[in-house]
Amino acid sequence: MSVTTLSSPVLAQRQPSWLVRLFDYKPFLIVMCLAPAIGLLAVFLTYPLGLGIWLAFTDTTIGRKGVYVGLENFQYLLTDSLWWNAVFYSVVYTAIATFGKFALGFWLALLLNNHFPLKSLLRAIILMPWIVPTVLSALAFWWIYDPQFSIISYLLVDVLHWRTTNIDFLGSPWPARFSLIAANIWRGIPFVAISLLAGLQTISPSLYEAAMLDGATAWQRFRYITFPMMMPILAIVMTFSIIFTFTDFQLVYAITRGGPGNSTHLLATLAFQRGIAGGELGEGAAIAVSMIPFLVFATLFSYFGLARRKWQQGENND
Amino acid sequence: MRNDITRRDALALGLSAAAIAATGAPANAQSAIKAADVPAPKLPIEKGATLRMLRPVRFVQADEDVFRANAAKFTKETGVEVKVDFVGWEDINQQTAVTSNSGAGPDIIIGFSDAPHIYVDKLVELTDVADYLGKRYGGWLPLAQRYGKKNKSPTWIGLPFGATAGPLIYRKSILQSVGFDKVPEDHAGILDLCRKLQKAGKPAGFALGNAKGDGNGFASWALWSHNAALLDEEGNVVINSKETIAALNWVKQLYPTFIAGTTSWNDVSNNRAYAAQEIALTANGVSLYFSLKNDPATKAIADDSEHQLLPKGLAKVSPMAGLTLNAMVFKHSQYPNAAKAFLQYMLEKDQYEPWLNANSGYWSQPLAAYGEASVWAQDPKVKLFKDTMNSTYYDGYAGPISTATGAVSADYVLIQMFASVATGAATPEAAAAEAEQRSKRYFRRQK
Repeated sequence: MSVTTLSSPVLAQRQPSWLVRLFDYKPFLIVMCLAPAIGLLAVFLTYPLGLGIWLAFTDTTIGRKGVYVGLENFQYLLTDSLWWNAVFYSVVYTAIATFGKFALGFWLALLLNNHFPLKSLLRAIILMPWIVPTVLSALAFWWIYDPQFSIISYLLVDVLHWRTTNIDFLGSPWPARFSLIAANIWRGIPFVAISLLAGLQTISPSLYEAAMLDGATAWQRFRYITFPMMMPILAIVMTFSIIFTFTDFQLVYAITRGGPGNSTHLLATLAFQRGIAGGELGEGAAIAVSMIPFLVFATLFSYFGLARRKWQQGENND
Repeated sequence: MRNDITRRDALALGLSAAAIAATGAPANAQSAIKAADVPAPKLPIEKGATLRMLRPVRFVQADEDVFRANAAKFTKETGVEVKVDFVGWEDINQQTAVTSNSGAGPDIIIGFSDAPHIYVDKLVELTDVADYLGKRYGGWLPLAQRYGKKNKSPTWIGLPFGATAGPLIYRKSILQSVGFDKVPEDHAGILDLCRKLQKAGKPAGFALGNAKGDGNGFASWALWSHNAALLDEEGNVVINSKETIAALNWVKQLYPTFIAGTTSWNDVSNNRAYAAQEIALTANGVSLYFSLKNDPATKAIADDSEHQLLPKGLAKVSPMAGLTLNAMVFKHSQYPNAAKAFLQYMLEKDQYEPWLNANSGYWSQPLAAYGEASVWAQDPKVKLFKDTMNSTYYDGYAGPISTATGAVSADYVLIQMFASVATGAATPEAAAAEAEQRSKRYFRRQK
């Protein structure tokens, strides 16, 4: 009623322009809002990933366009003992390092969850290994593991006189492998600890109070309250941790470059070594692509193995 | 990398550098370099020509200063602007690949050893300039010919500017204390020396880790001194041979005499161990000696050090390959004549001699006549680098130079063959077979 009585200039003002109407049109708005994100994903994620997968099926080298060769790269890798070595060590590295990170990280999180002076400051300091760029910490470890100038050897030989010779951390395969795993655990603990700490703080104190009233011991409180309540976040953090560890590159490349005698190559370092240093882009890409099944399996395992419990939906765990 | 330096800066630097060169090396005034009177090739410079070039970064500041001063002089004489960019060593191969594939970018690149052989289709032939320079300056040295010319062809595709190699460096007093004046030329003698050095507590140390320069240098020397090689002259992979097995067995005996941990060494490890007086014998470029000499704290070590060509073993000459600066001109350049004229100009006596001297021995000359340059008279301990390009050995000896040659050394195939035998992880036979498999994979497209 009132609309009809409005004078025409006011009406013109009220009538939205075509631009405003266009932006009020929902499908258009959705496309507009999504376009930047999709564009970024396509340019920086889909294209490189797609190109990487395509390269794995060609014999491209640096400086030369390749042709499609089908599964030839993968067939070669199956006969290549170095690739099998890298698979073996990637799995060992991921398994031991993840276990170490979770055992120590969970423990650290439980400690940090207590009340003590300078709590916030200490929690911040714990994050240091995670904040420092990996290459820097890798260089530090490279010095720590140096055959001639290691600080550990120096302490044991020249200060404490417990040994007469330097420790040869990186000179033979198994010591080198475990040295790298130790460095990776050191670097990964803060991520696990802080993530799990966040999870711990969501557990309601009333649960513990109730358990204490029932006379539960500290172990029982951990086993029947903390651990089950932490399951969902454990699953997520473990998925991330496995992915980070399995695809680790910088630590190994900066400390050993895959040596001694190729014993510490991870799939990621081997892919770089073959693809970029050796120039065989196709083969390097194939090695990188060969990581995908492992990653998918690890992700599915931790997701289904740890997270899909009915109690998450509020039901019993039968 | 350093393109923020303006032309004016370059000129100023050049002037100061010229002054340094003039005062620092007085022999320049009456140069001993003989230049034959040979007609220069006709290279009419294109109208309005400008040039852009890349080259690896310097060892010493004077290298860059004199190089820029020479380029500025060329601009002054010909009117051709030359923009020189200095690129990190690790980046130059990738930038060359991009330049070559995209057909755009610098007109000239000074790359390393094998680069012109990889991009041969994209390069301008340099035969006229090379022939002229060769006739004028007493001929190209063997390594320069190998890297400059197409395989089994008189066609030049690269113009080598210099090379650097890694001979032995040892502590004279320590060798004398175990009864040696120098390192023996035969394998049994070397083994004997290394055993005695180990007993004396100052062992030898050669990189068996993934060290591109030092590791490959040691692996190649161990092979070549046993007359083993990666390739035969036709380019067939012949690494799995009885000579290789002999070399592997020798290194297996030698390795326990080394200081611990050489399988994890990279390119700087031996420098550090030598400077810390932990080892008495290693192989390295001249940079180690200079860094010891220029630091008052380590000068005594430098004074006690001697260089020696890598021992011959069963080879006829010292089997030592040099990393070579190799200039190439791209077909996509609009001004190929200007580019060729520039390279020719830079290799002429008036420019090349001050530059060679400015490098104080880091780079050694590709043309025989420059052996008389004053740089080789300055420090007797550096003199042996003069003959770096006299070597007939090169990366990928004895086959044609190709992409795969570089790939094999970048992938540490030969180093790992030795390391796995030395540490007992593989038998010599298994290690040689695996190296053969991997090398064949890289060389599968070369024939």
